[in-house]
Amino acid sequence: MTPGSPVPGWVRAAMWAGLAFLWLPVALLVAYAFSADPAPFRWGGFSLRWFAALAANERLLEAAWLSIRVAAGAATLATLLGTAAGWVLARHGPFAGRALLGALTGAPLVLPEVVTGLSLLLLFVALESATGWPAGRGATTVLLAHATLGTAYVAVVVGSRLAALERELEEAALDLGAAPAAAFATVTLPLIAPSLAAGWLLAFTLSLDDVVLASFTSGPSGTTLPVALFSMLRLGMTPEANALAVVLLALAGGILGVVGVLMRGRA
Amino acid sequence: MRVALRLLPGLWLALLVAAPLALVGVMALSWPSEGVPPYAPPWAGPGEARGVNPDNLRLLAEDPYYRGALVRSLAVAAATAGLCLLLAAPMGVAIARAGRRREALLAAVLLPFLTGFLIRIGAWIGLLRDEGWINGALRALGLTEAPVPLLYTEGAMLLGMVHAYLPFAVLPVFAAAARLDPALEAAAADLGATPSRAFLTVTLPGLAPALGAAFLLVFIPAAGEYVIPELLGPPEATLVGRVVFQEFFANRDWPVAAALAAALLAVLIGPILLFQRLGRAS
Repeated sequence: MTPGSPVPGWVRAAMWAGLAFLWLPVALLVAYAFSADPAPFRWGGFSLRWFAALAANERLLEAAWLSIRVAAGAATLATLLGTAAGWVLARHGPFAGRALLGALTGAPLVLPEVVTGLSLLLLFVALESATGWPAGRGATTVLLAHATLGTAYVAVVVGSRLAALERELEEAALDLGAAPAAAFATVTLPLIAPSLAAGWLLAFTLSLDDVVLASFTSGPSGTTLPVALFSMLRLGMTPEANALAVVLLALAGGILGVVGVLMRGRA
Repeated sequence: MRVALRLLPGLWLALLVAAPLALVGVMALSWPSEGVPPYAPPWAGPGEARGVNPDNLRLLAEDPYYRGALVRSLAVAAATAGLCLLLAAPMGVAIARAGRRREALLAAVLLPFLTGFLIRIGAWIGLLRDEGWINGALRALGLTEAPVPLLYTEGAMLLGMVHAYLPFAVLPVFAAAARLDPALEAAAADLGATPSRAFLTVTLPGLAPALGAAFLLVFIPAAGEYVIPELLGPPEATLVGRVVFQEFFANRDWPVAAALAAALLAVLIGPILLFQRLGRAS
C-alpha cells in the first residue's frame, strides 16, 4: 500500500459529494420506512407498521420466495458453467474455437438487457414450438436466462483469479504423481474457492435485481420480486416498498460483509 | 475430459447466447401475423409473400418515431455516461489514494449498488413527486406555492440513470488509479506543480484508457435502458428500450421489436469492441 500522494482538495470534495449523492436517497428512504405516516417520505412518528404490512403482503412474499429460489438455482448453475468457461479460457491454451468461446462468454456482459431478454424469449418460443419444451414460460425460463448472464460474470471473476494464480503449486502436485483431477480438487479448488463464492454471490445478486430479462422470459406464473416491485413503483412509491428496501439493504450489507471476509481470506 | 470441459460451457452459450441472437436477426426479417406466436418467418410468409421482409428495417430508417428513439437513446446514454464520468473520475482517484480508508470508501460506493437499483429509483420517486420531500422542502421554505413538477421529467430520468450507473463508472477508474504509480504525481509536485495541476496533467492523462472504459461501461447498457425511463421519465421520452417493450408486449409486433433490438445492437457494436480493447489495454 502506497501512502496517498496529495489529492487536491476539490477532488476529495467531489468524492464526498458523489458519496452523498449515492447515499442520500437511500438514507432518507431508510429513515422514512419507520414513519407512521402513510404518505411516503412524510414523518408521522416512529412505527413498524409498514414492516408488518410487508410481512402480511402475500403477493410480495410469494414473489420474494420465488426470486430467492430462482437466484440460488441460477447462481449455482452459473458458478458451474462459468468456472468451466473461465478454466478452459485461462488454462487450455490455444484450441479450435477458443476465440468463439471467449466471445460468447463475454457477450452477455456487454449486450443491452433488452436485446438479451428479447433474444432469450425468442429462443424459448422457438424451442417450445419445435420440441414442446419449455411448455410456456415461468420460473424455469427465468432461471435459465439468469444462469446465462451469471455464467459470463462468474467466468470473469474465476478466470481472472486463475490467471493470477501461481501454477507452481499445481505443477508440483502433478509432478508428485497426482492425477489432474486430484490436483484440481486438492490444490487448485481450495485456492480459487473464495472467487467461486464471490462469483456465486454476484450471480445471485444480479438475478435478484433483474427486471428486464425476467419480464421477457417469465409468464404470469413467474413473477419475481423485482418484477412485482417494478409494477408497484409504476403506481408510485409506497411505504411498504420503503420497508422492503430496508430489508433488502440489510441483506445486501450482509452479503457485502461476507464477500469482504472472503476477499480478505484470499489475500 | 478436456474436450467435455470445453463443450459444456460452449454448448450452453451456443444455445443460450448465439442461437437467440441469430433468432433476433431472423425475426427482424420476418412477417407480422395474426397467429400465435404472432409472426411468420421469411420461409413461410403470409399468402404470396415469401422471402425476407424488408419492411421492418426500412421502417427504422424512414419512420421518425423509431429513428428518433434510437437517436434519443444514444443522446441520453452519452449524457448519462458523461455525467457519471465527471463524478467518477475524482471519486475513483480520491478513493484509490485514501490509504487505510480505501476499502471502506469502496464499500460505500458498492453497497447502494447492491441494494438493487429498483429500490434506489423508488427513493427518487419519493423525493421528486409532488407531495415528495423536495417539494415539501420548497413549500416549507416558501419558495413555491404549487408543487414544482419534478417527477416524470427528462431531468428526473437523467438523475436516476446517473445514480444507478455511477458505481459502474467508479470501479474501472479506481482500479486504474490504484495501479498508477504515485511517484509520477510526487515528481510533478517536486517540480512545482500544485496538486490540482498534477491531477489534471499527470493523473487524469495516465488514466485515459480507464476513463474511456468507464464511459463505455455506462454508455452501452444505458443506451438500452428500459426501467428508469419508464419509472422516472416523461411519457414522451420514447427510448429504444421502451419502444421495444411497447412493440413487443402491447402491439405484439415481434418483427419490428426485433428489428429495433438488432439496430440498437448494430449501433453499439463499435462502442462494445472499443470497450473490449480498452479493457485489455488497462
